[in-house]
Amino acid sequence: MAYPMYEVDWSVLPPEQNRRFNPAFNIATIKQVVNEAIERVAPVSVRMPTPTRLRDLIRQIRAARTAAEERSVVNKECAYIRSTFREEDSVWRCRNIAKLLYIHMLGYPAHFGQLECLKLIASPRFTDKRVGYLGAMLLLDERQDVHLLITNCLKNDLNSNTQFVVGLALCTLGAIASPEMARDLASEVERLIKSPNAYIKKKAALCAFRIIRRVPDLMEMFLPATRSLLTEKNHGVLITGVTLITEMCENSPDTLNHFKKESGQREIVPNLVRILKNLILAGYSPEHDVSGVSDPFLQVKILRLLRILGKNDAEASEAMNDILAQVATNTETSKNVGNTILYETVLSIMDIKSESSLRVLAINILGRFLLNNDKNIRYVALNTLLRTVHVDTSAVQRHRTTILECLKDPDVSIRRRAMELSFALINGQNIRSMMKELLTFLERSDAEFKAHCSSAMVLAAERYAPSNKWHLDTLFRVLLKAGNYLRDDTVSSTLQIVSSAAPERQAYAAMRLWTSLERSAVSGDATEKQPLVQVAAWTIGEYGDLLVSEASNAISMVDEDGVDDFVRPTEEYVIDVYQKLLWSTQLSINTKEYLLLSLAKLSTRFTTQPSQDKIRVIIDTFGSHIHIELQQRGVELSQLYRKYAHLRPALLERMPAMDAPGGAAHDDADNDALSDVSPDHKPDHVNNDALLDLIIGSDSLTNGDVEHKPSQPPASNNNTSSNDILDLLSGLDLTPTAPASVMNNNVASPGLTAGLPASLAPGLTSAAPPASLLLDGLFAAPMQTPTMQDLPTVTALEKNGLRIVFGVQRGGDSVTLTMRAQSSSPSTLTDFLFQAAVPRTFQLDMMSPSGTVLPPQGEITQVLKITNPSRSALRLRIRVSYNVDGVPVLEQAEVNSFPPDLFN
Amino acid sequence: MIKAILVFNNHGKPRLSKFYQYFNEDMQQQIIKETFQLVSKRDDNVCNFLEGGSLIGGSDYKLIYRHYATLYFVFCVDSSESELGILDLIQVFVETLDKCFENVCELDLIFHADAAHQVLDELVMGGMVLQTNMADILCRLQEQNKMQKAEAGISAAPARAVSAVKSMNLPQQLRDMKLPDLPQAIKDFPVSLH
Repeated sequence: MAYPMYEVDWSVLPPEQNRRFNPAFNIATIKQVVNEAIERVAPVSVRMPTPTRLRDLIRQIRAARTAAEERSVVNKECAYIRSTFREEDSVWRCRNIAKLLYIHMLGYPAHFGQLECLKLIASPRFTDKRVGYLGAMLLLDERQDVHLLITNCLKNDLNSNTQFVVGLALCTLGAIASPEMARDLASEVERLIKSPNAYIKKKAALCAFRIIRRVPDLMEMFLPATRSLLTEKNHGVLITGVTLITEMCENSPDTLNHFKKESGQREIVPNLVRILKNLILAGYSPEHDVSGVSDPFLQVKILRLLRILGKNDAEASEAMNDILAQVATNTETSKNVGNTILYETVLSIMDIKSESSLRVLAINILGRFLLNNDKNIRYVALNTLLRTVHVDTSAVQRHRTTILECLKDPDVSIRRRAMELSFALINGQNIRSMMKELLTFLERSDAEFKAHCSSAMVLAAERYAPSNKWHLDTLFRVLLKAGNYLRDDTVSSTLQIVSSAAPERQAYAAMRLWTSLERSAVSGDATEKQPLVQVAAWTIGEYGDLLVSEASNAISMVDEDGVDDFVRPTEEYVIDVYQKLLWSTQLSINTKEYLLLSLAKLSTRFTTQPSQDKIRVIIDTFGSHIHIELQQRGVELSQLYRKYAHLRPALLERMPAMDAPGGAAHDDADNDALSDVSPDHKPDHVNNDALLDLIIGSDSLTNGDVEHKPSQPPASNNNTSSNDILDLLSGLDLTPTAPASVMNNNVASPGLTAGLPASLAPGLTSAAPPASLLLDGLFAAPMQTPTMQDLPTVTALEKNGLRIVFGVQRGGDSVTLTMRAQSSSPSTLTDFLFQAAVPRTFQLDMMSPSGTVLPPQGEITQVLKITNPSRSALRLRIRVSYNVDGVPVLEQAEVNSFPPDLFN
Repeated sequence: MIKAILVFNNHGKPRLSKFYQYFNEDMQQQIIKETFQLVSKRDDNVCNFLEGGSLIGGSDYKLIYRHYATLYFVFCVDSSESELGILDLIQVFVETLDKCFENVCELDLIFHADAAHQVLDELVMGGMVLQTNMADILCRLQEQNKMQKAEAGISAAPARAVSAVKSMNLPQQLRDMKLPDLPQAIKDFPVSLH
């Protein structure tokens, strides 16, 4: 191997070079050479020192002990190279670029050498050009200006007389062609494809390939030139020609048809078949032999092109059937190269409309591949089966056991392929056995597979589950074995399946999951199986009563291995396990939320007193949990033991069967239900939904009934107060002062005024003792008017002729709001419903409204009593729904304009 | 299509890198690093194909590699290439290098990276196979090297001549050369100085 010029050590030239004394050198060359020589010999140079030779630089870099040392050597050299570039030193440019390329390979920035590369390319010397083009291929980026410059150089060199210069230019163009360059130089390349020189022809063909890739519009231009490529003898030209035609055919169906339409000598399929036949029958040719096979690369390329030509084309497929069979049977398979060709042949057979016998042959070859000792062959076999499984599933099914064996292969690439293929092979018949294998695989597989594998298993189980029980069992096993790698959606989809299952299945699920939960709690690996803990917590929370009840003894807990290891737990033991998990520091907050809510639910499922007490204690401790979300849950739930104990059973009822997870659609459905409340809708139901929606923040008011119940006590209270008034009055004469005194009384006792407007409602008034009639007649007008006028008012809503005003009356930490709805619209509003919600820190009591029908110019009143221990500013959200002329209307508003010092 | 050809040693030091799709310098180094990490952790008895490199081309991207003594030869290809075919191609590449350098070793690639690039450019062009006939490749390379030598010859002769002028111990040097038939021109030149 000879070294390039910049590597040559001048002092020990090989003799043959000395003999080549050429008198054709001119003065300039002599001058340059003399300069160089002087530089090398003179001890003190006036010019820049001679640059380090490439090999010396490499030695220096290799001698560096640390990365920092290496960096400093490189930086020093780069600084030097830059300075020579600035000085336009053309003598050592070649050597400097060579050094720069080495530096570039090590990963240091070297783009500053781009222009120097162009200068080298422009040099007439081949040595310079060679290094220059190499540098251009490695260093050039997509800068427009540089590309313009190099396009000119390339154009010159493509017209050179020296084949190697043309070759260099073509090679560079093929590597870095930008769309602009492709357009500018396409015609040169097209001319060179027709060149008689095989060395140039093959490079031009690949260049054309690259140009078409960058600018597909230019394809037309090369079509005529490609015709002759397949009649060449030179294998280099053949292989590049086939590459070019393949690219064209893949690129546009029109071109594909164009090639197929060619007839006679130029018919493409027989032509390719002839070349292929020559290759396999030619016997040994030392030139193209690779491990005993004649030019496998060309064979592979031709087989690939045949595949494209034969796809969906019966006639073309017919023409290549024979040769494919011949290749498949004649190829020597002891070496990798033989298998390469067989592999490509199989792919072609599967892709074209081949005869069925040929397909059987192909699948059998793959079967042999699967059993091959060479891992590479096994890999491609799996790959090919994966590609053909959609074409011919039954044929692939025959190799199922072998494929399942590959799941245990030590090689990760093979396992990945085998896994994908296994999922493709699952069907209704083999789901049980396949899942069993895949579960084993899942358990042992690497982390990177677990997420993909488990979700694919969940999907397959959903699609092919032979029975509901099997489905649940499989899901639980996947939960157990995939651990934390499980995707989040699997938890919710499993919960959905459990919730919609038959009751005995739900009991079974609770029992099965209990066993797993208990085991992981005891062995302490619950942290690695949080999705399992979540699903188990939810299920046990919902169906805990079935878990502990003797009634579910009838359910068989015998698993697939015929073992029944289920032990019915006592209520207290269940709670102990919960406690252990809740106390664990490793579980995520999300999992603990599941557990805490589940525990609260268990309080209504379990019956014994000790377990109730335990639950209560655990829940109470969460009232001071460090995590705000859990703390809030703890406080809320512990309220269900105190103030709202009567609500607990109703609130913690079993969930109804869930709908299939639909994501965002859920919210929409809710809103729709509200906005088209039909007149025959039960108002109670509407109320319920609407309030849930209205509640600001969270769930302190969950039940619509709560709001309506308190309306009774105030009413009776009202009655008694009016009685008081009557008593008061009875002791007095009906003097004109009386109203005033009552007024005073009114102001003094907010409870009374609170009740009064409501008592004006027809139903309640009639229920009052007869004496109140007197009061009614006497005081109705004077009492009500001053009350309302005196109170500050807040307008909450004014829309479509409907006006809602609050009269505000203070009273320490509580405030009484009198809602007055007035209509100025010409039609009557029916089914009038007013709803309100306050932030969680407030308590809201709503009295019954004075009516549900609002005539034009009429009025409906309703009293709201708000207590606010925290005395913060009041925010109120309201919703009004009514029907006008049969059209339902829904209005919402938030009222923030209450006086800030409302509570004091 | 071949997207990139990378050669690095067992420690991940790049010895040859060639990209047939444009990446900036930083990206190229990242690709080399990532590829090395993927390839180096694999045993020698597993298959030579690897998926999962994230930097080039996403899912349609495979690493096909061979491990020779201290060097990894990695070809990054898309799905249009035959996996086994690329393995053969790596073999041809290495054999050609071997013939070129006579018993190729890592040092040859370090000190003559340019020569290795020249071999590669005759084998693969623009990401496609160009010529797999080893004899043809070697013959073309030799012809090109000959052209370079011819150019070196033009300037080398006077260079030697001048350096000889400057050198003091001429007769000794001449004797040391042990060249039986030096051209007359060179012989005469220093002698006339005495």
